[in-house]
Amino acid sequence: MSRRAIAWLGRRLPSGRTLVIAAPFLFLLLFFMVPFVAVLKISFADPQMSVPPYTPIAELKDGYLRITLSFEHYRAVLSDPVYVGSYLYSLQVAALTTLICLLVGYPASYLIARADPARRNLLMMAVMLPFWTSYLIRVYAWIGLLKNQGLINRFLMWLNLIDDPLKLYHNNWGLLIGMVYNYLPYLMIPLYAHFVKLDNALLEAACNLGARPWQAFLTITVPMSRRAVIAASLLVFIPAVGEYVIPEILGGSNSLMIGRVMWDDFFVNTDWPSAAAATGAMVILLLLPMAWFQRLQKREMVQP
Amino acid sequence: MTYEATRPQKPPGQEAKADFVQIIDVVKKFGQATAVDHVSLSIRKNEFFALLGSSGCGKSTLLRVMAGLETPDSGRVIVDGQDITQLPPYRRPVNMMFQSYALFPHMNVEDNAAYGLRREGVGSSEIRDRVAAALDLVQMGKFAKRKPHQLSGGQQQRVALARSLVKRPKLLLLDEPMSALDKKIRQQTQFELGNILYSVGVTCVMVTHDQEEAMTMADRLAVMNEGRIMQVGTPGEVYESPSCSFCAEFIGSTNLFTGVCASEQAGQFACEDLAAPLQVRGPITVRMNRPARLSLRPERISMSFEPVGREYNWAMGTVEQYAYMGSYTLYYIRLPSGRLMAVDLSRLAVTSMHREPDYGDTVYLSWGPEHLVVLEQ
Repeated sequence: MSRRAIAWLGRRLPSGRTLVIAAPFLFLLLFFMVPFVAVLKISFADPQMSVPPYTPIAELKDGYLRITLSFEHYRAVLSDPVYVGSYLYSLQVAALTTLICLLVGYPASYLIARADPARRNLLMMAVMLPFWTSYLIRVYAWIGLLKNQGLINRFLMWLNLIDDPLKLYHNNWGLLIGMVYNYLPYLMIPLYAHFVKLDNALLEAACNLGARPWQAFLTITVPMSRRAVIAASLLVFIPAVGEYVIPEILGGSNSLMIGRVMWDDFFVNTDWPSAAAATGAMVILLLLPMAWFQRLQKREMVQP
Repeated sequence: MTYEATRPQKPPGQEAKADFVQIIDVVKKFGQATAVDHVSLSIRKNEFFALLGSSGCGKSTLLRVMAGLETPDSGRVIVDGQDITQLPPYRRPVNMMFQSYALFPHMNVEDNAAYGLRREGVGSSEIRDRVAAALDLVQMGKFAKRKPHQLSGGQQQRVALARSLVKRPKLLLLDEPMSALDKKIRQQTQFELGNILYSVGVTCVMVTHDQEEAMTMADRLAVMNEGRIMQVGTPGEVYESPSCSFCAEFIGSTNLFTGVCASEQAGQFACEDLAAPLQVRGPITVRMNRPARLSLRPERISMSFEPVGREYNWAMGTVEQYAYMGSYTLYYIRLPSGRLMAVDLSRLAVTSMHREPDYGDTVYLSWGPEHLVVLEQ
């Protein structure tokens, strides 16, 4: 092979770097985008008693390609109070979860990052420890803690603080406790990574210029953590909106989050198109905060 | 030595009392290690004082003790008659320019400079005026709306300076002010910074490991080693009469000799490395037959191809190495005893010899008694 041919091939073949970057994208394309497009397709079909349980949207009949798109399910999703209500409820629960996670996780990750290095790693290990156990088992374990004869109620009654067991399970309390418990590490880990990099000289400089420690915290630490807070909050908020397992296991029958509605549509009502439309609407709903964050990041890209 | 030329002479009357800043017997330990070991210092009002030493000598810790960022284990820090040892950093009339400058990245230049005044609760119109004046002083007025990351290293340094000067501190601390700058702009910045500080008239303590920086900028300096002060003096005093072998070697380079006093009256020392005795000027405190260390600066040595017609302060050797340094040439001369001596010859001195000394040439070195310094330790 001539040298020119080798050079030509070298230009045409993807470089190692391209391959490494392409691998996760290919994976996502195959196992996320393709199924997602399939779901979107279903959302424009109509349910029918068949296998699969929906009408084809493209048919070849008498030499004509017939495409039937039904927007009926999107209309239903956006007008039916069950759907709208569960969307709003999901957003509410996700927002409340994010807020509580922030209130608990922000100071905790700040203090962990400011602890001495040996203790710091130990504490972060403790934050990540739950990941060593299966998610489902951890959620089920909360039943044992929260139920009427559970550890928490038995302990409180033993202390004579309460006479009757607190209703912590199969209602909104159980739902919120489970959500906050499960999503807290996703908020604390990125915040910790931010705080641990925060240059201590900045706080010393603020102190040197006359700021009391709490003033330095409010004027330096908090504003500088804005982007980390937004990123960490989205990491909690976005999956929390679509959460299915925790409301199903710990929530009450009235905790109708959108994930549960979808599940019921798919598996109980066998109404795949409605469930698919609900999914499509949710993705669009979640793309909005992500797009906003992307724009924010782009605008501040040049800044450290 | 350029330090005298760096700035105008202080007007008379500014040589105020020598105890504006007093550091009294300060000790600071980190675990087993003693970073600052019984240090006492007095600094005059409006003086530019440098703490000079290699890394780990405790100079930065001492600076942080003055700023209140470290609490000393014992000892006191007094500024303008006020004992500030127990004051938290945010109540001290002391501002510091950090080594990394520590500019707040989320604030623009103006807000950075105004930060200290806002914490004091100064009125907004006064803040505006004082910030503008401070930024003009460092010629950063037109960059007021920029963020720190949009500035060069030198510009960031000037903003950091403005930010620490705007509060009109009684004591300004500079932590390695030049270390974040390119070598090229460092020297020019040393003069600029010195001139700004002189025009403001502020008492200043700078920490540096760079002896040239200390000599360029400081009125007086303290050489530190292993947590202790080795010598305090003007750059000239420390260079011309170092008190110890550490100071002699740390400030500039030198030839150190170990001699035994051969004559108390004549001030003569016998040295194993040299064939001829060493003759110093003036009375000496070393007793007969007692050992002493002597320092001889390389640039104070003359060189010729002919023997020197005297009994003392000369040596014969061969040229082993030389390096052309531009304004001078550095020669290493091997003596018959095996001792290597460094000699700096100015261009003028080299051209006045009838030819340039080359490798292997036999040369004669000589020096005057006034250039030999008997070290105390």
